[in-house]
Amino acid sequence: MKSKFQPDKNGYFGQFGGAFIPELLYPNVKELEDNYIQIIESEEFQKEYKSLLKDYVGRPTPLYFAKRLSEKYGAHIYLKREDLNHTGAHKVNNTVGQILIAKKLGKTKIIAETGAGQHGVATATVCALMGLDCTVFMGEIDIERQAPNVARMKMLGAKVVAATSGSKTLKDATNEAIRYWIQNPETFYLIGSVVGPHPHPDMVARLQAIISEEMKWQLKEKTGKENPDTIIACVGGGSNAAGAFYHYMDDEDVELIAVEAAGLGVNSGESAATSQLGEVGIIHGSKTILMQDEYGQIVEPYSISAGLDYPGVGPLHAFLYESKRAKFMNATDKEALAAAYELTKIEGIIPALETAHALAVLPKMKLKKDQVLVVNLSGRGDKDLSTYIKHLEK
Amino acid sequence: MNSIQKLFQQKDKNLLSIYFTCGFPKLDDTTKVISALEKSNVDFIEVGLPYSDPLADGPTIQDSSQKALENGINLDIVFEQLMSIKETNKTPLVLMGYLNQMLKYGEDKFCQKVVECGIDTLIIPDLPMVEFENYYQELFEKYGITNVFLITPHTSEERIRKIDSYSKAFIYVVASASITGAKGEISNQQIAYFERIKAMNLNSKLIVGFGISDKSTFNAACSYANGAIIGSAFIKDLGKNGVDKIDNFIKPIIS
Repeated sequence: MKSKFQPDKNGYFGQFGGAFIPELLYPNVKELEDNYIQIIESEEFQKEYKSLLKDYVGRPTPLYFAKRLSEKYGAHIYLKREDLNHTGAHKVNNTVGQILIAKKLGKTKIIAETGAGQHGVATATVCALMGLDCTVFMGEIDIERQAPNVARMKMLGAKVVAATSGSKTLKDATNEAIRYWIQNPETFYLIGSVVGPHPHPDMVARLQAIISEEMKWQLKEKTGKENPDTIIACVGGGSNAAGAFYHYMDDEDVELIAVEAAGLGVNSGESAATSQLGEVGIIHGSKTILMQDEYGQIVEPYSISAGLDYPGVGPLHAFLYESKRAKFMNATDKEALAAAYELTKIEGIIPALETAHALAVLPKMKLKKDQVLVVNLSGRGDKDLSTYIKHLEK
Repeated sequence: MNSIQKLFQQKDKNLLSIYFTCGFPKLDDTTKVISALEKSNVDFIEVGLPYSDPLADGPTIQDSSQKALENGINLDIVFEQLMSIKETNKTPLVLMGYLNQMLKYGEDKFCQKVVECGIDTLIIPDLPMVEFENYYQELFEKYGITNVFLITPHTSEERIRKIDSYSKAFIYVVASASITGAKGEISNQQIAYFERIKAMNLNSKLIVGFGISDKSTFNAACSYANGAIIGSAFIKDLGKNGVDKIDNFIKPIIS
């Protein structure tokens, strides 16, 4: 049976999705659309993808029972350790898959956008692995606040191009990447999240689905049941959440919680809580929920975390929100920082600032003693150390 | 009959169209720019609605859009400005904006306002053909509005034929597979592409845009098409020399 959470032939999840692209991009997007499913489902791809995930990325990532965190919140909390992937986050699941697709399509030049730099690093990594040319677009502000990742990308041989327009963050990096793609249609745009024109959101979700695929058998081993009661993941564009939710979307008894960045507070004017502040609109080629003013101008979002300050969400998430299949919560900068310090102190794990938002909703939930939760620990916090140190001193 | 079609009945060679951004360089320059372009005998004018995230535009037009938004421009003000010159302006106007602007304003309300301003032709670069077929074709027909499609060197013949059948004003021939911005010359590759399009004997008139910046690129484009649009080069000049000097930019091109 086809899931209602799969896109239709025009790339729509309910009213969200589609491919709102200038004619200049049509041949590129069409080429990908015509080939991606066939490639992903081919035996050759699966063999190579799974082998790289195992031996290069280090999968399966552990599903760790966080004993002290569980005691503190009075429930059974498991952490899906995507932070233990090579390059430090879930992003590499997608880049390994897409680089194989790019190769299959005969592409030699890769471009990508990045916010926190994790997707940029993951892209630069697979380009180094495959000997392909790599250019990463990154907002000027993010280049400053994520300096270690910029250095890693350069060491990996990527060219990092500063996006200097608009808010100089993820949205603008994506604009610049799409512009470059229009000018250089022979390049492969290795998009980092479940955003962009169809088929990108579906392709990235399929490549991140490995997260929930593993969760199923790991939970079965540990609890006797494949399904947890609740899955929590942070959402910027939404790729780690899409991966963690993917194989559970049709199982209505599994509660899905998406956590957005509230910045200084949902209604402070400095926020990235798209589902709360947005309305239906078009961004980066996709119809979704979007933060915009009364004239459709895109509003610049804010979050302490460079991976979550995106003014939209992927169309799948817009659909999960509208259909109420997923519950959307949010966490402020302050709450995320507190959650990061807490996990570090009681479990010895320094999470990425993005991931910390997912952990930050635990104190806000009414948990039952026997409730089984999985928090998708999407990335590690090495890249955020300077922010953590700065706020620790205060 | 569509206003651009009417124009083609009087003149179908060497048409010059100029793109400008509303509210740039100053908020109330919109009408002044249109009057100046009319005085300089520009054949039709592409009126750009400033957008925060103009994906199909190059840095020059993006900067002008950002400046215009900082000046306080918005759709209501644009429509007021255009209404104020409706009776005096005789040069056909084509409105260019991004789909989200229309979506947020309300598609019907947007179309109504456009028609009230005496405009019947739209260019929406991020409106794909499939969405046009599924929904917008009917909406636009209801208001007597025509949509302009873009074609590029990579657009297949089959798709160009389809676009030809949908086009009532003209087909916007993108000079190269690039975003807008003056390139300075027409390459052999571009000429081969123009010739390929010309040989297809389409019903629609062809206007070349993207990379047209001066007399030589304008003339080269016009030898393969009915006319050409200049955008970025004009915006650059307008930003530097102001509304009063518009004729100095236009005259050398059409003389």
